[in-house]
Amino acid sequence: MVPAITAEKLTKKFGDFTAVNQITFEVQKGEIFGFLGANGAGKTTAMRMLNGLSRPTSGQASVAGFDVYRETEKIKKHIGYMSQKFSLYEDLTVRENIQFYGGIYGLPGREIRHQIKELIGGLGMQEYANTLVKAIPLGWKQKLSFSIAIMHRPEIVFLDEPTGGVDPITRRQFWEMIYKAASEGMTIFVTTHYMDESEYCGRVSIMVDGRIAALDTPRALKEQFGASSMNDVFLQLTRPNQKES
Amino acid sequence: MKQFGIFIRKELYHIFRDRRTLLILLGMPIVLVLLFGFAITNEIDNARIAVLDQSKGEMSQELTQRLVASGYFLIDENLWEVAEIEQHFREGKTKMAIVFPPELQENLRRNLPTQIQLIADATDPNTATTLINYASAIIGQYIQEQARGQAAPMQITTEVKMLYNPRLKSVFMFVPGVMTVILMLVSAMMTSIAITREKEIGTMEVLLASPLRPAMIIIGKVIPYILLALANTVVILMLGTFVFGMPIKGSLLLLALECLLFVITSLALGILISTRTESQQVAMLISLMMLMLPTILLSGFIFPIESMPLALQVISNIIPAKWFIIILKNVMLKGTGMEFVWKESLILGGMALFFIGASVRNFKIRLE
Repeated sequence: MVPAITAEKLTKKFGDFTAVNQITFEVQKGEIFGFLGANGAGKTTAMRMLNGLSRPTSGQASVAGFDVYRETEKIKKHIGYMSQKFSLYEDLTVRENIQFYGGIYGLPGREIRHQIKELIGGLGMQEYANTLVKAIPLGWKQKLSFSIAIMHRPEIVFLDEPTGGVDPITRRQFWEMIYKAASEGMTIFVTTHYMDESEYCGRVSIMVDGRIAALDTPRALKEQFGASSMNDVFLQLTRPNQKES
Repeated sequence: MKQFGIFIRKELYHIFRDRRTLLILLGMPIVLVLLFGFAITNEIDNARIAVLDQSKGEMSQELTQRLVASGYFLIDENLWEVAEIEQHFREGKTKMAIVFPPELQENLRRNLPTQIQLIADATDPNTATTLINYASAIIGQYIQEQARGQAAPMQITTEVKMLYNPRLKSVFMFVPGVMTVILMLVSAMMTSIAITREKEIGTMEVLLASPLRPAMIIIGKVIPYILLALANTVVILMLGTFVFGMPIKGSLLLLALECLLFVITSLALGILISTRTESQQVAMLISLMMLMLPTILLSGFIFPIESMPLALQVISNIIPAKWFIIILKNVMLKGTGMEFVWKESLILGGMALFFIGASVRNFKIRLE
């Protein structure tokens, strides 16, 4: 089976600064792949190279079987993306946002109408269908963003810190949605800095200063570092000199 | 193509839901044209003057009547003493005073040189100069008529004919100017704000990661503003024509094409600004400082370029508005065709290409 994402010595330099330094990894289809790292470790840059927003300096990578140098337009048709900030238009209603994103991904009108019903019903937000997005609660915006990002049934969905600033209950519901999408065969590539969330991932990679410092299942990583939680693993990797007492 | 339609529809939602901005965009041209047309004007109308008639003769009477009959002047008061003049100016009652000397009648009859004194309030130099010029012209004409039939000394008089704007209406200058400012504002400032807004709220990233091509995103964002700018053009031209009697002597088609050319140049500038800025505030500030101010001050709209210092005259050449105003005046007032404005059009077109090229380059660098 062809992996959903492969990266080999993928590198991005901005002048003298190396933001991403020869990272190599594979993500299998249907996997939930956690991409961890402190702020500024290069997570977002790495993700932007994979979803076609940024051109790598060197190295190889393919997403959904397409090359990140030559076939970015094809990649864009096969992925979904939810950015750190909101991807929704606040001055459009819930329904109009769905129509818009469905439209730019080329879904036919019938399919969009079906999705509007499905999506709004699935989130239980019928009463908000014709409400401007700026007036609905934050948690719902986030869930709506995710639903819209996967509306066109992409093979891979990239989530850039999707749960920032959301309450624990919504985070829990959000992860349930991620699990459901993965169970339907979608590959999930998610960056986060909530260490407890990384425990939900199938495998995680931890980036430190542009390199991948560790990559394995959460369980294996904890064993390898003799840590009780992913938080400890992370601290040991990012601050190797401060051994835990 | 269908995606493109959906994109433009979304853009229209943005524009129509932002009621306040929309109201400003549609209302401002009307307010500006009316303001410039009615209130801010260089024309002299019923300026109050004072007369100190020391000659008390027929001629000074007739002269005074002539001045009033011209419509430019209104006699505020007849003075009796020289000392009163200063008093009057200080009170701000009058803009100009005329002093007819006691020997006026006598000297004129005998064909001797004589002097009539005009005193103007030069706290407002432009008005003062205009008043003096108007009064001198009226007096000169009267003297000439009186001298006719007599063996007058040989004299040369000039006959002035003001072409294209015989009544020197300032609205003829303001309509092209206001049109330029509005088109610049809607096209450059509004698009730069609209594009940076997508960056600021983070949707630009999502759009760029979608199958929409970057060029399509940009074109989709500017098309509604092209329409808005052209709607404003029509409103301004109608106001100019029907309210102020401004003629459009040249071809309407040529005028429309030139407007479109200027709109595209301004849009390209707006896009360029948006590729360099990350927030709406910065985009607005840059648009105001770098586009609006030069457009108003250095384009020849308010201050004539010929009377600027050389350095500013040179700078005015890189301001698109300067060329557009020249084109507008040519086409609207002189009724000239393409053969007289092709040079200016070419300069505008060149600028548009340059700005588009620079934006594409910037955009790519950003993506790198």
